Amino acid sequence: MNRRDFLKTSSSTAALAVGTVAMPAVLRAQAGGPIKIGLLSPLTGVLAAGGKELVEGFELWWEQKNKEVAGRKVEIVVEDDASNPDTALQKARRLVEQANVHFLIGNILANTGLAVANYVKGNGVPYFIPVIAADELTQRARLPNVLRIAGYTGSQMTRPLADWCYKQGYRKVATISQDYTYGHEMTGGFCQTFSEAGGKILQQFWHPLATADFSPYLGQLANLGADAIFAMETGADSTRFIQQYKNFGLKEKIPLVGAMNLADQSVIRTLGDEALDIVSCHSFAEGATDDGTKAFVAEYEKRYQKLPSVFGTNHYAGGMWLTEAITKIGGKVEDRDVFLKAVREVELKGSPLGPVVKMDAYGHPVYTAFIRKVAKRSDGKLWNVVVTSYPNVSQFWTYDPETYMKQPPYSRTFQGIKS
Amino acid sequence: MTQAVNALARSDAPVGRSVGKFAAMTVVVVGLAILPLLLSSYQLALATQILIFAMLAMSVDVLAGYAGRTPLCHGAIFGASTYVVIYASNEYGLPLPPALLLGVLAATALATVFALLAVRTAGVYFLLLTLALGLVIWGVCLRWTHVTGGENGLRGHLREGLFADIRLLYFVVLTVSLATYWAMHRFVSSPFGLTLRGIKDSESRMASLGYNVPLHVFVAFTVSGFFAGIAGALYAIFNNFVSPSTIALAQSVQGLLMAIVGGVGTLLGSYVGATVIILLEQFVSAYTERWLMVLGAVFVLIMIFAPEGIVGKIRALAKRSN
Repeated sequence: MNRRDFLKTSSSTAALAVGTVAMPAVLRAQAGGPIKIGLLSPLTGVLAAGGKELVEGFELWWEQKNKEVAGRKVEIVVEDDASNPDTALQKARRLVEQANVHFLIGNILANTGLAVANYVKGNGVPYFIPVIAADELTQRARLPNVLRIAGYTGSQMTRPLADWCYKQGYRKVATISQDYTYGHEMTGGFCQTFSEAGGKILQQFWHPLATADFSPYLGQLANLGADAIFAMETGADSTRFIQQYKNFGLKEKIPLVGAMNLADQSVIRTLGDEALDIVSCHSFAEGATDDGTKAFVAEYEKRYQKLPSVFGTNHYAGGMWLTEAITKIGGKVEDRDVFLKAVREVELKGSPLGPVVKMDAYGHPVYTAFIRKVAKRSDGKLWNVVVTSYPNVSQFWTYDPETYMKQPPYSRTFQGIKS
Repeated sequence: MTQAVNALARSDAPVGRSVGKFAAMTVVVVGLAILPLLLSSYQLALATQILIFAMLAMSVDVLAGYAGRTPLCHGAIFGASTYVVIYASNEYGLPLPPALLLGVLAATALATVFALLAVRTAGVYFLLLTLALGLVIWGVCLRWTHVTGGENGLRGHLREGLFADIRLLYFVVLTVSLATYWAMHRFVSSPFGLTLRGIKDSESRMASLGYNVPLHVFVAFTVSGFFAGIAGALYAIFNNFVSPSTIALAQSVQGLLMAIVGGVGTLLGSYVGATVIILLEQFVSAYTERWLMVLGAVFVLIMIFAPEGIVGKIRALAKRSN
């Protein structure tokens, strides 16, 4: 090849590369222009079903508000994090640096949330996590710009459940859980409170995510002499576990209590009688009788022809939370300190998450926790109804926050069990 | 300048061609150097990412294109370096230079172990063995939660201070990238490199000529692991985060794809392949989640119309026009 051709090819390649990269328009956010929200959600991958409901719940709220707040239009930019932390990080960067969103919200898996939190640590972009339940993010590793609006921690909701179990007279419980951080935190919260009340944890079983066959565990659980079984399962594992629990004959013999994901609407809407009477604890129950919940459930069912799950609900409430905060500051989301302060000070009323919800000093909400049981609605659909409630449940339960944070985070080896 | 021209003139190629090549290289390098003035910080981050992955693709190319052994474990070597850098800086508070060095050493050591195991195999068996070895490392990173953070990965704090500005990082990565390209070019053009090409063409003939084929492949593997380690160490700074997906099979496959799309056996092809794949993902995923389908279609088209890769095709066309 002669010099002219080589120069031509290499310079045109370089020009092409620069040209294509420089092409996408970079929109500058101006005060008075639309508020751009970056919504990250797993639309593909292991949590795709939940991710889709997350987006639906969020968009339902903004549709009801005509996609505007405090006189400014709201633009939601949705990005798929593929249930993968590296992709979540990439998309977070794209949303902040290319799409110039004012703040980020979303994600489901704890590891994706931790990755994005690490990124916003460096640039101060507000990041809201209504579904990510990693305890750390509002405890030992908390950041001023990461707030868990309308969200919960793994251990927060299982502690009232443990207290309720003890009050029911259960003294011996065995646990079975998925073997990852979320499972460790949910089970740890339960075991610590139950053992400190005087109950005994007979044995703990851990299994990998996506276990198809629970028979080895169910066989052992049946013979332990437990008063109740605590199960922490999410997604397809929940469905399989509930079905196999019935098939093994355990349903008639040993009461089943579980993490809220076990009895979440996304699981029970495809099941039948085998899911009845499972007790769990959460700040939301589809069958709760307060006005906020009834209105939301009716709207959601009308729009999407199904009852809402935790993903849609928490993001709907998250949208409500944001609207209240943004209205209070007159729409000025560009001033991050003012915005974050307003978010911390919101007292959410009339949401599907209970009568009044406020944040604690660590960026996490305090709720009324409902002990709920799976029951059949008049039209035959399964949903969760409220049995009793525990007011003012924070992420620290009755412990002093500083003392609590001195104990190690829940893991497979540390479950807070008092012997 | 005259000395350089004279030196070039003494080489076998006609003077015009070598000077032209040198001038073209200079234009490209200058163009890359002034990129920070033209691009936004997000686009510059993309460019940095392209350069880092081009280095990974080049390391795969050294083995696949020049020694004729296609590896599927370089993602694991790359990711192992990233893990070690972030772990060392988090747990032991090591400043950046020794942490980076440790990462590169770890990657090279890993490559040495892989090489010892894989060196006597070839073709499909080499592919499968390296795939399995890569999966072992992935499994370790996924389960050894205590050290690697398991599913949660490790979060670093390497983008504070000096590298908070993407421009400085870009220049560092650009310099290292050009240096590694030069080093790899010298490596494959050396007598050792020519022996590798002979091994690619016909292993039995090289063996019968008295060359120690396993030793040559071993050294090539270790050297390619060294370069993959450099890429992984830089990625640790760029991404400031590592998780099992960094070290997964998909990463090795992506490195290999970039080398193939650009042109196996042409080191420059890795830059082109990395650019094509990363930019394609950027643009297509803005319109649909199914960008992998588009990538697959592009790959099929390239395999039909330009199986020697983009750069390979350009060179073939250039040769024909002479």
